[in-house]
Amino acid sequence: MSTAVAEHNTGHDDHGHGGHGHTSTGLSNNKLAMWLFLGSECLLFGGLISTYMLYRGRHPKGPGPDQVFSIPFTSVSSFVLLMSSLTMVLAVSSAQAREMRQTKLWLTVTALLGATFVGGQVFEFTEFYRKGLGFTTSLFGSSFYTLTGFHGVHVTVGIIMLMALVGMLKAERVPGDKAEVVELVGLYWHFVDIVWILIFTLVYLIPA
Amino acid sequence: MTTVEHASHAAESHDDHEHAGHSNKHYYLVALALAVLTGLEVLLSYVDIGAAFLPLLMILMMIKFIMVVLEFMHLRRDAKLFHYLFWSGFILAILVYIGALATFKFFLAA
Repeated sequence: MSTAVAEHNTGHDDHGHGGHGHTSTGLSNNKLAMWLFLGSECLLFGGLISTYMLYRGRHPKGPGPDQVFSIPFTSVSSFVLLMSSLTMVLAVSSAQAREMRQTKLWLTVTALLGATFVGGQVFEFTEFYRKGLGFTTSLFGSSFYTLTGFHGVHVTVGIIMLMALVGMLKAERVPGDKAEVVELVGLYWHFVDIVWILIFTLVYLIPA
Repeated sequence: MTTVEHASHAAESHDDHEHAGHSNKHYYLVALALAVLTGLEVLLSYVDIGAAFLPLLMILMMIKFIMVVLEFMHLRRDAKLFHYLFWSGFILAILVYIGALATFKFFLAA
């Protein structure tokens, strides 16, 4: 009984059970919805990655992957995004320990790393355009920009979520369990990272 | 807040931290492993290892993917239902798009 009360008071545990005894599954509905959303996102990115794989060799006019990709530059971008996953998990860890000052700090660092990644992507797109690869130049160009553009938009949405969360934490306007809200944003952020893990290998490292 | 209350709060906070999962050191180690694996992937793309290149790259990619999902997203310690929701979407995506690519004779062309 005392354990149940303690769990109810913290409103959170590592199995997503805490304080959610009133739901039919005994799990947090918010977390359930987030995992369901991420599962469905796999299908979205699966479609975009497969389309790219199918069309990456179709560039009768304009440059192909070998002429535009810069592996060293993209490797640094990938490293930045990977490290943002570390700072995000540190934010979740701090939130679970109720260290809100640390949480806000790590969330801000995560957003800055994400912004660095998006900045790198904008620079990369500009460079590719200068080399003659526009959105409608070839099927390779269209499928590449669609895939990486969709990912970039996801990262941007993640940055907005992170900054909004920092603002809400500062204003003490986060409803319910703060640690769970940070964890939900973290799940989305890590998902964006794992999608990039796939894109980096399948799009950039495997030659067309 | 009295000293006793402060100590109690600190202990509670520490317990939550431990209860919530790993220490931060664990996360740093996972991040280091991810960085090393990424470096290895990049290195592989510069050296000629023949037919082993593609399978090795795919294995490294999946190790990184699974590490982030299990450790950073805490799925390893989370409820089974979350596993089913995520992995069913992921596996369904793989099967659907392997099927879609096969209809375009993608694997024959490769």
